[in-house]
Amino acid sequence: MAATPVPKHLTEGEVGLGLTLLIGAFLCALASARAVDAPFSVHMAVFALAAVAGVVAILKRYEARPAEAPPQVIDGRPNYNLGPVKFTAVAAMVWGIAGFLVGCIIAFQLWAPALNLGLEYASFGRLRPLHTSAVIFAFGGNVLIGTSLYVVQRTCRVRLAGELAPWFVVLGYNLFIVVAGTGYLMGVTQSKEYAEPEWYADLWLTVVWVVYLLVFLATLWKRKEPHIFVANWFYLAFIVTIAMLHVVNNLALPVTVFGSKSYPIFAGVQDALIQWWYGHNAVGFFLTAGFLAIMYYFVPKRAERPIYSYRLSIIHFWALIFMYIWAGPHHLHYTALPDWAQTLGMTFSIMLWMPSWGGMINGLMTLSGAWDKLRTDPVLRFMVVSLAFYGMATFEGPMMSIKAVNALSHYTDWTIGHVHSGALGWVAYISFGALYCLVPWLWNRRELYSLKLVEWHFWISTLGIVLYITSMWVAGIMQGLMWRAYNALGFLEYSFVETVEAMQPYYLVRALGGVLFLIGALIMAFNLAMTIAGKTAVENEALPAGDALPATAGLAPAE
Amino acid sequence: MATAQPGLWKRHEIFETNSIVLLIGALLVVAIGGLVEIAPLFYLKSTVETVEGVRPYTPLELAGRNIYIREGCYLCHSQMVRPMRDEIERYGHFSLAAESIYDHPFQWGSKRTGPDLARVGGKYSDQWHREHLVDPRAVVPASIMPTYAFLDRPLDADAIADDLRANRALGVPYTDEMVALARTDLKAQLDPDGPGAADLQRRYPGATVRDFGGDKGKAAEIDALIAYLQVLGTMVDFKIYEDKKNLR
Amino acid sequence: MTYEHAAAFAQTSGLIYFVGIFLAVCIYACWPRNRARFDAAAHLPLIED
Repeated sequence: MAATPVPKHLTEGEVGLGLTLLIGAFLCALASARAVDAPFSVHMAVFALAAVAGVVAILKRYEARPAEAPPQVIDGRPNYNLGPVKFTAVAAMVWGIAGFLVGCIIAFQLWAPALNLGLEYASFGRLRPLHTSAVIFAFGGNVLIGTSLYVVQRTCRVRLAGELAPWFVVLGYNLFIVVAGTGYLMGVTQSKEYAEPEWYADLWLTVVWVVYLLVFLATLWKRKEPHIFVANWFYLAFIVTIAMLHVVNNLALPVTVFGSKSYPIFAGVQDALIQWWYGHNAVGFFLTAGFLAIMYYFVPKRAERPIYSYRLSIIHFWALIFMYIWAGPHHLHYTALPDWAQTLGMTFSIMLWMPSWGGMINGLMTLSGAWDKLRTDPVLRFMVVSLAFYGMATFEGPMMSIKAVNALSHYTDWTIGHVHSGALGWVAYISFGALYCLVPWLWNRRELYSLKLVEWHFWISTLGIVLYITSMWVAGIMQGLMWRAYNALGFLEYSFVETVEAMQPYYLVRALGGVLFLIGALIMAFNLAMTIAGKTAVENEALPAGDALPATAGLAPAE
Repeated sequence: MATAQPGLWKRHEIFETNSIVLLIGALLVVAIGGLVEIAPLFYLKSTVETVEGVRPYTPLELAGRNIYIREGCYLCHSQMVRPMRDEIERYGHFSLAAESIYDHPFQWGSKRTGPDLARVGGKYSDQWHREHLVDPRAVVPASIMPTYAFLDRPLDADAIADDLRANRALGVPYTDEMVALARTDLKAQLDPDGPGAADLQRRYPGATVRDFGGDKGKAAEIDALIAYLQVLGTMVDFKIYEDKKNLR
Repeated sequence: MTYEHAAAFAQTSGLIYFVGIFLAVCIYACWPRNRARFDAAAHLPLIED
């Protein structure tokens, strides 16, 4: 390559994106001025400001950057693009804590309704979607996008495709989160669970998601490795399927293009099945396939041994994506949905148990011959326990999809307990494990600030999960039994409100479990912040005498 | 190394297409499952038939429904009575597919932190609903429902005709007359002695015209919500409805 | 075509489709010639650069 200086000029991408953002800012400002309702006006203003900020960021970046594009390779090693990944790691931690906090608030609201404060912005009905979206899409989504952009680079041994595009994806996605979350507080919702954002936020997410898919695919296309590593298969299936589900489930007709309200194009039974086809597969492809991708990369990496069986992982992949998609109707047992659809959903849900456990075994057995690492490495322990919870939740799920069981469990807090054993135990724990690995790698630190704090985080949050799921099991089953209880005279034994009263102590235990989980996450945030700051806790250098941990130096940093 | 051999290029091409093969394969596998389950619902008799009595919501009911959605009521209240003895005794006849045929979106819910509302219409007085929404614990001491006193504020429904129009575009049989007179109908439903009451009931057979416990001159959000709650599950007359004909 | 015909056809072809995909995936995964490739792929996360 010639050493002569290249004249610096804006790239086509910078010009194109800058102009698009300028036009977007203008249109959004116009829509904000003409809006027929306040939330829409606010949101259009947010979009306009974000677009202007985007233009400014592009110009600032241009000023600061060298004339040439970043090299693909430095000293024979791929020049990985880690900036966007760093952003998602921090965003995930921030959103995670926000989401856990809102979860605690609404849990306490169920125990003491006065905590709704009589304010529309603080009422359960508006905060609950804020909680679910913050933990699933803001926390989980940032973890998935961040790890996918990291893993695809490392396993393809090539720099991420595009320079602005990855930034557009991570910033655009977080803008979607802001718009969705503030919308819930202002009462903007489609009322479709886990797909609450209104039409304009959905459109924006579609744009971001398509760019995400293209960045991911283009990185695969320029890879230096002949084989596409199996984690990338899971990521790809996650991206593509979520795109399909998102588009179909959110088909809606806005009342006016200057207002937030829209009406979904489907109604009644059709709308219900499409919603739960979406809802169930959001669990299957967002909360399962995506996080399995994390497992297939981070568990072998941290354990420093290859996955137990690569063949099993291929069978796992196809069986999982094939079966998951059919299982949605189990959310609609005994409803006005036709029986054959319910039975089909139940059958596939039960079959789904097999590939789920296949994947779990594959992850767990990766540690065979290295189980001792669990004793010394709390990060690996997070990941292994997450697999155990995955196994538990994927046993419980098929069981609850059996119609006779579902008759009891549906509509009760058992479902909430089940969801949280998956969400806290599996999704959050594998994410915590991945973030604990990722932060030292991204910021070039030898090791985490403190492994001892990871231990604390692990035990406090595990206690929190145990309190949460056991209280919800007891409460949910009790609730279901009370609803169907008859007295000796053949009358219903309990009025509805008596079943509500009986839940109160369990709601408190659940909320306390949530608080423990939140405390754990705060410890983690502190630990990661100190790691990023380049600090090392005293115990990492010289372990206190009473501690049985072998020298931490044995836990070589993965880089 | 800009000049790779053609052979190498060709091989590289296959690798490139591999990711597309993977993408298309995954998409096919997942799309088939969804199609097979969802498509028949648009043709099956039991899911597309109409049942006598089910009519589109009046403008006031629709406005109330939108408040029900806005406040996230569906997060704690289902609207789907399952065909089980205890549910039928507690809530009423099990829900029919036809009863939510005009529901964009459906409000079946997934959780009963509070009771099912599919057949709550007519079970309590308007005054009970009003007091209960303003302060649930004044009427049900053990209730854990948030207070909705803030709903006692003017209903912003100047553009309700647009809402009817959007629903009509999606297949809800609102007539031109219904759309044109939407604002009039919305006010008329609150005023039983007013001139529009009879016309409203002609357009929406069976619609209740009364003040819903509020001030008939001024439509408040809480009035609309109560109008919606009071129509829930009341459209089908189960005295004349034949179960056997509609087994699912 | 009656409902019974449609159902019988859908169930049979569905079974064949399902078993077919499953067998194809198993054969692909266990094909001896693929072994070396998969072994190499399994070590992908562990290679340092």
